[in-house]
Amino acid sequence: MKFKSLVRRITPSGRHAVIGIPFLWLFLFFMLPFFIVLKISFAEADVAIPPYTQIYTFVEQKLQIILNLGNYTMLGDDDLYLAAYLGSLKMAFFSTLLCLLIGYPMAYAIASARKELQTVLVLLIMMPTWTAILIRVYAWMGILSNNGLLNGFLMWTGLISEPLQILNTNLAVYIGVVYSYLPFMILPLYANLVKHDQSLLEAASDLGSSTFNSFWKITVPLSKNGIIAGCMLVFIPVVGEFVIPELLGGPETLMIGKVLWQEFFNNRDWPVASALAVVMLAILIVPIILFNRSQAKEMEGKE
Amino acid sequence: MKRFSFSNLMLVLGLLFIYLPMLILVIYSFNASKLVTVWGGWSVKWYVGLLDNTQLMGSVARSLEIACYTAVAAVALGTLAAFVLTRVTRFKGRTLFGGLVTAPLVMPEVITGLSLLLLFVAMAQLIGWPQERGIVTIWIAHTTFCAAYVAVVVSARLRELDLSIEEAAMDLGAKPWKVFFLITIPMIAPSLAAGGMMSFALSLDDLVLASFVSGPGSTTLPMEVFSAVRLGVKPEINAVASLILLAVSLVTFFVWYFSRQAEERRKKAIQLAIDESAADSWKQPDVRRAKVAETA
Repeated sequence: MKFKSLVRRITPSGRHAVIGIPFLWLFLFFMLPFFIVLKISFAEADVAIPPYTQIYTFVEQKLQIILNLGNYTMLGDDDLYLAAYLGSLKMAFFSTLLCLLIGYPMAYAIASARKELQTVLVLLIMMPTWTAILIRVYAWMGILSNNGLLNGFLMWTGLISEPLQILNTNLAVYIGVVYSYLPFMILPLYANLVKHDQSLLEAASDLGSSTFNSFWKITVPLSKNGIIAGCMLVFIPVVGEFVIPELLGGPETLMIGKVLWQEFFNNRDWPVASALAVVMLAILIVPIILFNRSQAKEMEGKE
Repeated sequence: MKRFSFSNLMLVLGLLFIYLPMLILVIYSFNASKLVTVWGGWSVKWYVGLLDNTQLMGSVARSLEIACYTAVAAVALGTLAAFVLTRVTRFKGRTLFGGLVTAPLVMPEVITGLSLLLLFVAMAQLIGWPQERGIVTIWIAHTTFCAAYVAVVVSARLRELDLSIEEAAMDLGAKPWKVFFLITIPMIAPSLAAGGMMSFALSLDDLVLASFVSGPGSTTLPMEVFSAVRLGVKPEINAVASLILLAVSLVTFFVWYFSRQAEERRKKAIQLAIDESAADSWKQPDVRRAKVAETA
């Protein structure tokens, strides 16, 4: 009898297995790695495989832990890193704003279209999110270059006589970011707007509210969760974006994702790259928690 | 009505903004001229040239293989996670679990990629696995972030489901796992298919994660494209990009088509059930129906 109950206690129940499998996977391959990044950000770059020094050593019964804060002080001292963080935040902020301004009317139009048309429109918005960012950004390289289609068109109309330098400037990065992330703004907004109760708007208009007034005072506040989810889905990944500034940006484009990539792949300085990632995560932790909250509400079906 | 037409105008302009560049890319992939900006007539020579590029073809095969494995694993993992989030309402660490499931959606890829690589390096030192990075490590990285997308899609569907069917099965004595496989899974099958195809497409597209966790000799298609694109626009790349666009549009279309059909079948079945019960119920007065008739 005792043995049986012992076995039952050790072998996981179905409920535990259902929770445990995804939990363990995510813990091992998503959460644990952050602690390793944190650890290696305190190491020193070294000519070895892997290219960093050990943080703790245990020799002759002496445990030595050496924390190297040099990577972090270097981030503070070097203007390049600071400028890159600020550049990323600025880029993310303004492109999120642009996406919201363009995406909200689009989501609104889809939500108020006929039911049959809605599915097609949502599909049209969703399709680009499955297509490589790389390819969609590449398409813009051909359009924006000095002898590309846009300049050719503008010169043909006679608006400009010299080709404009757009590719390899911040303007090109803005175009690329808004282009790539617009669907991520529209989809959560649509999912929210389509659930709204139209009778509220009718009641407001019966009581004499203007269309704009009821839009501003009813629709916008009700879509708060959608706005938060959409903005975070754009803002957070853009802060760490690498592909778009690398392909469309120029020397003036300083973004932290690009700097991290260069430190890691070109300089092979893993500890500095780790420190960059830790600081980026520290900046993003508040937006990520905001996003998770809005997702949790959405997943539990609460409003 | 005025604001309505403004938002419609924005929608049309926005869709043009989204699709025009891709259309231009596809048109220019048929350009006969070696110079990408000069139109030299129609030609398919860049597509034919791709077939001879063995290095590129190897990376295509590798990418497809990883995408298949990823789709299967991400659907399994994501569905489990979605089930836990929607059905198991109370357990220790639920908030943490919810965060772990949704955070990969927004986490910048450079951070995820770097952290996974450092994990694999640490694991190789500690337990001797993985000896070399390649298909398996890329698969693990892709599965982790695709599972988050699957979880979002599937949990949306699970929330819509009528719980009473599952409860009825449990009341009749079915074990929870039996209920899950015989009742829940068939009902959420369209969203599983959608999640699977989505994971397939996302895995096929990923550049950043794969660059971090791949080893020598295991370059994927996006990595191959990226190293060529860095040097500028090339006609061969136009052709590859157009093919990827075509593949993704086809996958999207199939998802839409199948989920629409499944939805219609479901609606028909529900309609049939309602008609049948209506035919039965005229014999005995139905309180609920009478109420509806009254208010109408």
